[in-house]
Amino acid sequence: MIRTGLISLILALMLGWAAPVGAHSACEDPLGCVELGADDPIVIGAMLVVSGANSALGLDAQGGVELAIEARGGMLLEREIEMVVEDSLCSAEGGQAAAQRLAADPSIIGIIGTSCSSAAQGALPIVNAAGMLMIAPSNTSPSLTNEDTASGGVYLPGYFRTSPNDLIRSAKAAEYAIKVLGVASLATVHDGDTYTEGATRVMAERFAELGGDVVFSGAVNKGDTDMTAILTEIAASGPDIVYFPLFEPESNFFGAQMATTPGLEDAVMMTAAASFVESFPENTGDAAIGIYMSGPLVGGDAYEAFLTTWLDEFGESPPSGYHAHAYDAANILLDAIEASAVASDDGDLTIGRSALRDAVHAVEDYPGLTGALTCYDESPYAGDCGSVTAMAIFHITEAEVYDGNWPPPAVWNFATDSFEDA
Amino acid sequence: MFRNKSGEFSWVDFTIDVLRVLIVLAVVVGAWNTLSSGRISLAQWVNLLAAGLSQGSIYALIALGYTLVYGILLMINFAHGEVFMAGAFTTFFFAEALNRTGFLNEQPLLAILLMILFAGLVSMTVAVLVERIAYRPLRGSPRLVPLITAIGASFFLQYAFRGLYGSSFKAYPQVRALQGAVQIGDISIPVAQIFVFCSALVLMIGLHWLVERTRIGKAMRAVSENKEVARLMGIDIDWVILFTFGVGGFLAGSAGVINGLFRPQGVNFYMGFIPGIKAFTAAVLGGIGNIPGAMLGGLFLGVIEAIGPNLVLAGLGIPGANQLKDVIAFTMLVLVLIFRPQGILGERLSETKA
Amino acid sequence: MNILASEASRRVLRLGLLSGSFILFAGVIGMIAAFHEREVVNDFISLGQALLLATPFVTSYVATTRMTEAGEDPRVALAGGLAIGLLSALPTVILLLFNSDEYRYLLDASLKLIPFVAASYLAWKSHAQGNEMRQAAATWLISALLIGIVTFGFALIFEVKGDLRGVLVHVDRDWVEVVTFDHRNELWTGIGFLLAASAGAGLAGVIMRIMPDIPRRALLYGLGVTLLVGAFGETVRLILQENLDRDTLREIFRRDTLRQNSAAVLFIVSTAAGFLWAMFGGRAQSQFAALDNSSRHKIRNLGMLVFAALLLALPWLIGRTLSDVAVTIGIFVLMGLGLNIAIGLAGLLDLGYVTNYAVGAYILAVLTSIGPLGLFKGSFTFWMVIPIALLAAMCAGFLFAVPVLRMRGDYLAIATLGFGEIIGKLALSDWLKPLIGGAQGVQNIPKPFLFATELKNPEQLYYIVLVASLVTLFVSIRLNNSRTGRQWMAIREDEDVATAMGIDTARAKLLAFTLSAATGGVAGAIFAAKVGTVFPNSFTVFISINVLSLIIVGGIASNPGIVLGAVVLIGMPELLREFSEFRFLMYGALLILMMINRPQGLIPSKLVMHEVQAGVKTKVSTGD
Repeated sequence: MIRTGLISLILALMLGWAAPVGAHSACEDPLGCVELGADDPIVIGAMLVVSGANSALGLDAQGGVELAIEARGGMLLEREIEMVVEDSLCSAEGGQAAAQRLAADPSIIGIIGTSCSSAAQGALPIVNAAGMLMIAPSNTSPSLTNEDTASGGVYLPGYFRTSPNDLIRSAKAAEYAIKVLGVASLATVHDGDTYTEGATRVMAERFAELGGDVVFSGAVNKGDTDMTAILTEIAASGPDIVYFPLFEPESNFFGAQMATTPGLEDAVMMTAAASFVESFPENTGDAAIGIYMSGPLVGGDAYEAFLTTWLDEFGESPPSGYHAHAYDAANILLDAIEASAVASDDGDLTIGRSALRDAVHAVEDYPGLTGALTCYDESPYAGDCGSVTAMAIFHITEAEVYDGNWPPPAVWNFATDSFEDA
Repeated sequence: MFRNKSGEFSWVDFTIDVLRVLIVLAVVVGAWNTLSSGRISLAQWVNLLAAGLSQGSIYALIALGYTLVYGILLMINFAHGEVFMAGAFTTFFFAEALNRTGFLNEQPLLAILLMILFAGLVSMTVAVLVERIAYRPLRGSPRLVPLITAIGASFFLQYAFRGLYGSSFKAYPQVRALQGAVQIGDISIPVAQIFVFCSALVLMIGLHWLVERTRIGKAMRAVSENKEVARLMGIDIDWVILFTFGVGGFLAGSAGVINGLFRPQGVNFYMGFIPGIKAFTAAVLGGIGNIPGAMLGGLFLGVIEAIGPNLVLAGLGIPGANQLKDVIAFTMLVLVLIFRPQGILGERLSETKA
Repeated sequence: MNILASEASRRVLRLGLLSGSFILFAGVIGMIAAFHEREVVNDFISLGQALLLATPFVTSYVATTRMTEAGEDPRVALAGGLAIGLLSALPTVILLLFNSDEYRYLLDASLKLIPFVAASYLAWKSHAQGNEMRQAAATWLISALLIGIVTFGFALIFEVKGDLRGVLVHVDRDWVEVVTFDHRNELWTGIGFLLAASAGAGLAGVIMRIMPDIPRRALLYGLGVTLLVGAFGETVRLILQENLDRDTLREIFRRDTLRQNSAAVLFIVSTAAGFLWAMFGGRAQSQFAALDNSSRHKIRNLGMLVFAALLLALPWLIGRTLSDVAVTIGIFVLMGLGLNIAIGLAGLLDLGYVTNYAVGAYILAVLTSIGPLGLFKGSFTFWMVIPIALLAAMCAGFLFAVPVLRMRGDYLAIATLGFGEIIGKLALSDWLKPLIGGAQGVQNIPKPFLFATELKNPEQLYYIVLVASLVTLFVSIRLNNSRTGRQWMAIREDEDVATAMGIDTARAKLLAFTLSAATGGVAGAIFAAKVGTVFPNSFTVFISINVLSLIIVGGIASNPGIVLGAVVLIGMPELLREFSEFRFLMYGALLILMMINRPQGLIPSKLVMHEVQAGVKTKVSTGD
């Protein structure tokens, strides 16, 4: 009796396993294809952090992708566009779990995500092995586009990002500080996030290279509200400029409290893209006036229109600083799908996975909300699409704090201004 | 030393003593290095102390909720941080409306009073609902069971409020009356910090009066001493427990507003979690179940967090000292508990209570 | 008046308003609109609509059950169902009116009226209870003032904001569209549709309940299965795609949603199955009961064998994604069994279990990584490091145990929670960055090899976790019955008595902490190898909370309970992934419901059950 049961179980297993999978394919792509029947939608995946303390970051990007889809009327190649959102949390294991889910769905063509660099490191090996591609809207860690394992690189083909690489952006902030603002001593503050820690490190290195003096480098914790302790310590080091590329709300707390810290009245404050959001000056209050921010040079009218649609659609302003990058990422992906799709006579659609990757690699001077995007393929910038020139230093004025003006005026445009003139 | 009650050598005591000596040594060396280097002036130390006391009084107000509930039900109300968030988050909209109409800056005192009542009542409603729905059915079940329910309630409340009000960060409006600082010699203390400390003090005195002088306070004490006897004396235990949750909720809600006026930014659905854990720590530090203990524990924790990293860690030459302020706080906690296993003001509890 | 006062109508009113508040709440937090995006059956019904209809249906079903038990007339039940349906829609209808431009003034008016009405009610009640007039007046004044502050506050907020959406971000077009069944612009038509649909669902619930037993059970089964398969379409599809070819799958599912035909077939088949079970299930059970002992044993053994075979074949049955979930569950089973030694056996409430997990993960990471932080650049393999991780975690467990040996109960809990935080912050710190990478973590951890095969897929890693779990299970069963195990139990029951009995409590507690830490280290090491990178933000207090919860939910000190607890608590958020941003909301709600309905755990340990009951008794008698 037992034997019969076991045998039938094994038989059932073998039957299930031996069933052929997608045998009749006209696909010649080395990485395989996505084949869409006549009524199948275009499906894109998203791995974003939509729960937990960092969920503002993920919901922000999710909104950007949704608006990109909506801008096309929800249709591409006369098919509906569907988005599958997986919660990748802000951790490597969360990214891995989300990638497993998406990789298991053969109808998913490409992925937007992840939100956090740590999640990308968990997700990338799986996305790569599945022949898929991911375009991250808010990863900035240099290791992700670096092929060299010995120096900590983890790049694998299939990875792209529209957010800028820290190697470039923070270094530029340092150049601006030394060459234009003319400051001599620097204090940096990070919050233990992969991104902020990387940004402060690159900033400090470049600042020292250019002859500046790094007098303090410290960190706060996510969730801290009282910054008095670290500000006192910074005041004791007496820097000319304080660089704190933190996320909201720590950046709000830090900025607001720094302004009232004795000894730091004259220090220049500089923050970065993580807080490049409309709510940052309003939330920080008076203290925000005069803060420098490095951020994407988000294009005037197009971005204004984007913000109006956003408010209309979601009822509140964007919760974090990467919605425009996500919008661009989604558009690059959708365009690449359009470019690499091959229609057959009976209305089916075939999209080669490596053809799709090639289509993204081929992106050059793409006019996005975050500037002109070009996708590179050489390590240490392999897969970097984030605009390296379309960034600027902004200076917050009263208009942003009180009148809801956004974005602030750009005081230095890296595409047009050169340090030789300064 | 190194001997247990029966006088034998006990290597557990020995290790604990070594540990004590090591920690104290590290604190002394670090503090000596920092102070002798003179990097931080006296005025700055006073500022740190004031900031720590203000932060600590907010911890204390939240900690009172933990302690009140614990005193009566011997239960850790893990969702209490979310009760704080509920009041703070909802009142943000009220504060914004008051600011838009100009009332907030015309009549700051009255407006703040209204906000505190509003937040207190909102938080009270949430706390009472949680008690009624999630905890009451579990009276008499093993102690860890309501702890898990509380964890569930904590998740639920966080994401429910995110659903209600959205996920972006908000900030309380600035109240002009609370700007600026009081100057004493070369020491300047922000008005907001004085306000926080004083209003927390007023609330705590109010609580003390409620518990010690009123009929319902007497009932609360009776229930926490012995439920069965209290019931026999005709006290409606369910009502007293509900009331206790309500009072704890009210204090948490008002802490939310005070916190919002002191540190206006960072209002969102997740804002209660970390203060919740900190306040719980403060309650235990002071001796859980003990009302003055919760106040003392809160202040102690706030001051340790503000002063610890700069005083000790920076002196030991540890980079990123401020990042490790929780390490200092929890090490101090463990140290205090080693010396006094029942907390600063806690009574020696028998096994049934501890 | 008579009708209103009856038991039945009060129940209907209460249940109806409960279900109505639920629908309102689900709408206001955005759940209904978000669920509307997901279809249960393609082009037929969305999850949002299902939620909208299932709520009154279930509520009136429950109400009817109570009423038939109380011997009410079926006509009364039908009227009750209708009322429940209408009441379920009522709060949503009111919010729809408040939300429309035309009737916004109603919101303001009612917010300003509420305090007076409520205060009058309370005062009347106080008077009716025999209190003096003066006291009733005081009640009126105080409650009007307090309630008034809140409602007038909200009135001011909405007035300044101009609409509801300025505060409640999910009261938007999408929500209106779903609840009015696509009649956003004709408010009253939409409200009519909503009321009609809800009333219909309420009536359907009653009809379902008063049907004869067998068809009722069959239909319920059919409906339930279809709804579940539709709602968890992605998971079902993931399992099916392992065993079906793509075209067949496409016939059944359109992406993750059931097609109409397949839903119909599924409904018919599952109803038929339900019918057969309802007809003959009872007989099969009684036949089994009638069997003699040896044949029952045989059937049980067969069951065990099938279960073992299933366990072995699991990765092939469920596919890669769910195997990944299974590995995560396994990691938590390991930790659960470990922590159970401290909590379940020795009664030591340890909230810092993440410490051991982190130690294991970082040990593996630093010893095996081929990146810049790796100490040996790959000359250490996974298998060599596992015992090291185990020992390191035990050392950590031992070291952290020493200072807390004298602490009891909640003091112990908070001290261990503190240790967890300390470890997390140290892992993140700039101070230890040169060793373990700080915020950037440790990368490039190679996967384990077994005879030159790289175990890189979750299907393969599953077996490592399976073996580790079985070994741990074996050890923990042996511990449970050992001399040490009995000493722990004595300490758990009463530490003072245990000391008096001559048990070296310090030694026994140290042993409990140390042994408990061991599996945490192994779990951490497997985790690090699985993910391939280690970041400090993986080691938060949530790990400790999760492990504790799965022990309590499964059944404290019960080994099978812990395994089931891990499957439920770790598996559930993964299943709920389909509900994206609402998964933790639902997780929280489920945690509450599960504890209220089964406080003793899913599979309670027999021993502890006795003690719990005894404990309750002593508690009541001494009044603690």
